[in-house]
Amino acid sequence: MHPAIQGLLTIIIGVGGCIGYFYLSNQLLDRVLFPARGPNAGRNINRANIVRPWLFLFPALFALGLYLAYPVVETLRLSLTDRTQDGAFVGLANYSQMFSEPKFWEAMRNNMLWLIVVPAASTAFGLLAAQLTDRIKWGSLAKSLIFMPMAISFVGASVIFKLIYDTRPEDQAQIGVLNAIWLQFEGGAGSFLFLKLLPILILLCFAGIVAYVGWIFVQPIMNSREKGGGAGFVPLRVLVAAASVYLVVLSLISVVETLFASLPYGVPQQWLTIPFWNNFFLMVVLIWIQTGFAMVILSAALRGIPEETIEAAIVDGANPLQIFFKIKLPQIMGTIVVVWTTITLVVLKIFDIVFAMTNGQWETQVLANYMYDKLFRTNDWGVGSASAIVIMVLVSPILIWNVYNARKEMR
Amino acid sequence: MDNIAGTKSSLTWAVHISVALLVALWLFPTVGLFVSSFRTADQISSSGWWASIFPTEQNVVLRAADPEDNRVADGDGFVVSGNIFDDSDHGTQTDIRAWGTSSRDVAAYEPGETADLGEGESLTLMADGGYEWRGDDDQISGRGQRVFVSITAPPDFTLENYRQVLLSGDATDSMAKAFFNTLTVTIPATIIPIVVAAFAAYALAWMDFPGRALLIACVVGLLVVPLQLALIPLLRLHLGIGIGKGYLGVWLAHTGFGLPLAVYLLRNYMVGLPRDIIENARVDGATEFQIFTKIILPLSFPALASFAIFQFLWTWNDLLVAKVFLIDATGQTTVMTAQIVELLGTRGGNWEILATAAFVSIAVPLAVFFAMQKYLVRGLLAGSVK
Repeated sequence: MHPAIQGLLTIIIGVGGCIGYFYLSNQLLDRVLFPARGPNAGRNINRANIVRPWLFLFPALFALGLYLAYPVVETLRLSLTDRTQDGAFVGLANYSQMFSEPKFWEAMRNNMLWLIVVPAASTAFGLLAAQLTDRIKWGSLAKSLIFMPMAISFVGASVIFKLIYDTRPEDQAQIGVLNAIWLQFEGGAGSFLFLKLLPILILLCFAGIVAYVGWIFVQPIMNSREKGGGAGFVPLRVLVAAASVYLVVLSLISVVETLFASLPYGVPQQWLTIPFWNNFFLMVVLIWIQTGFAMVILSAALRGIPEETIEAAIVDGANPLQIFFKIKLPQIMGTIVVVWTTITLVVLKIFDIVFAMTNGQWETQVLANYMYDKLFRTNDWGVGSASAIVIMVLVSPILIWNVYNARKEMR
Repeated sequence: MDNIAGTKSSLTWAVHISVALLVALWLFPTVGLFVSSFRTADQISSSGWWASIFPTEQNVVLRAADPEDNRVADGDGFVVSGNIFDDSDHGTQTDIRAWGTSSRDVAAYEPGETADLGEGESLTLMADGGYEWRGDDDQISGRGQRVFVSITAPPDFTLENYRQVLLSGDATDSMAKAFFNTLTVTIPATIIPIVVAAFAAYALAWMDFPGRALLIACVVGLLVVPLQLALIPLLRLHLGIGIGKGYLGVWLAHTGFGLPLAVYLLRNYMVGLPRDIIENARVDGATEFQIFTKIILPLSFPALASFAIFQFLWTWNDLLVAKVFLIDATGQTTVMTAQIVELLGTRGGNWEILATAAFVSIAVPLAVFFAMQKYLVRGLLAGSVK
């Protein structure tokens, strides 16, 4: 049978079946099982109303259970068994095998890099775009153009960026934009300005922001010592502070390294094969896609800010920067957290971009691609399932947070 | 917004410029792909796409006309004359910048100069392509003299790539089949979850029963479960119950993976519908089924449209689910994303094919995006901001 006809039939059977199921089961309930007639009419109506929600819910619950809830349990079971030994229980052997593989730790390290860089950059660019486009007439056009990459598949975006990163031998014309720009730098003053001073400034800005965030987290602890008040989440605060100190030290080291690095001017670079840095070239693809998402949501949040607060600030003589950082930003903090976690979820599952652009070579492996490798190339279901469980564990804080918020809202 | 107190910001022009820069930066990659898909392989490899609206310099190999038919006696020798661009696809407007007769030095002569080919044989080539090739009976015979020409080719765009990718039927390049496969995957996988989710969302929004709050919390939790976890157990299940790899499997998988978002979005929307309408209908004796089909569904159209767009974009752009649940060893059921990844491997340097194939695959989502952007934005806001 031709797939198109099969597809059409499936739509008819699927949709017709669903509607038929709902209609007939309701009829059965109202006419046959608990008819609203005769001596027990009142009791029957009540009973029917107890059963009916489950009739409406059944297909969705069945599909959700089978396609999402059951696999979580089954994957957990598979990760504790060995396929080659006929599914015998092997305890944590798969995990210890996985933890001893350098490729896994490479994937973990890269995933952590992605987790820091992509949500931060996307949210920052999105906030910038939202704030800028809100003030101008052609803002909605600009927004829809920045939003457009959302519609492009990860694979399509990979092709687009492979063209940008393309490399030709030295004596041929460069058709990748990045190399064409790179070859403009020859080590003169311009090169120093753009390739040394600018990155150093960006790194210093980054270090400054991280230090500030760390300080915000630590401050309540200091205050509580002096005043004897309580500061909640002390371990979390200390953890964040330690992480920010680490990041600040890291970026200061990078500043020194950048200053003394000698760059291979005039030679076309194979961008995707430069270890460590190629991760960032892959991240650019996802940042390009996700910025539009962040922008749309943050722009709605910015518009939701009550105008009185801004007017009051202007009357009090605040400048635009102060208005943005002290009035607007605190009011949309909740939305920023939502955007951040949503992009974090996308990043944790990132697969297509790495699969299409490098397939994990040159130290660009990520967890989802590592898992795909294990499952479908080396056919090692145990280790593959174990790495899937690692992804699940990384996702679960967000899961718990979302459920907690949803329940709070329902009350 | 900052202008309300009556002070027009003096930085307005800076805002305009930075937005323009940002938009240009975000559009640049896509435009590059778009322009490249209309260029020939020669053009793509000889210059960057940003230079495509300017004339490019190319080296081409041409031949003088066939001596057997075209030579004329002139004194004791023969001469062949004509325009070097006749019978070539470069047109006659192109300007010759330099030329040569040997592959070792393709720019040996200026236009208008005469090349000495030895033993009295000579060739003169003018800037407009006119040439005169002189020699004796022996020299002016066989095939026409080879000439290497550096020309400035005017900008030129072609639809040939699209013909190759869409209509040629070529086994590796043709996307036509993959296009229809993608369509076959997408449409049922978009429609079926909507129907299933709409009923469930109604029950969760407007029916009272014990455990409702718990179920909603479960849906919110399932929203973030990575589908990577589902691959192996479900593939085993599909193989076990005889569905195997194929369209049915991928439709079911997309339905399952799309349901949490569908239920969540639709329920959030339905909860906001006015209570009076539904209670009036109940008082008037409408059954729950009637309330759902006659009142709730028509009123929920915006939410249904939002989810439909999400699911459409997601299934159209998906690679992983299709690779696991659909594409078997024969490769007959490949989808566009999978074929593009394959092309990246096999035809990594053939940008004209790659760019065109990629553009064919992103054209439909882009059209949907620009047509239905309002609903997409509304859905995003309902899904993540409250």
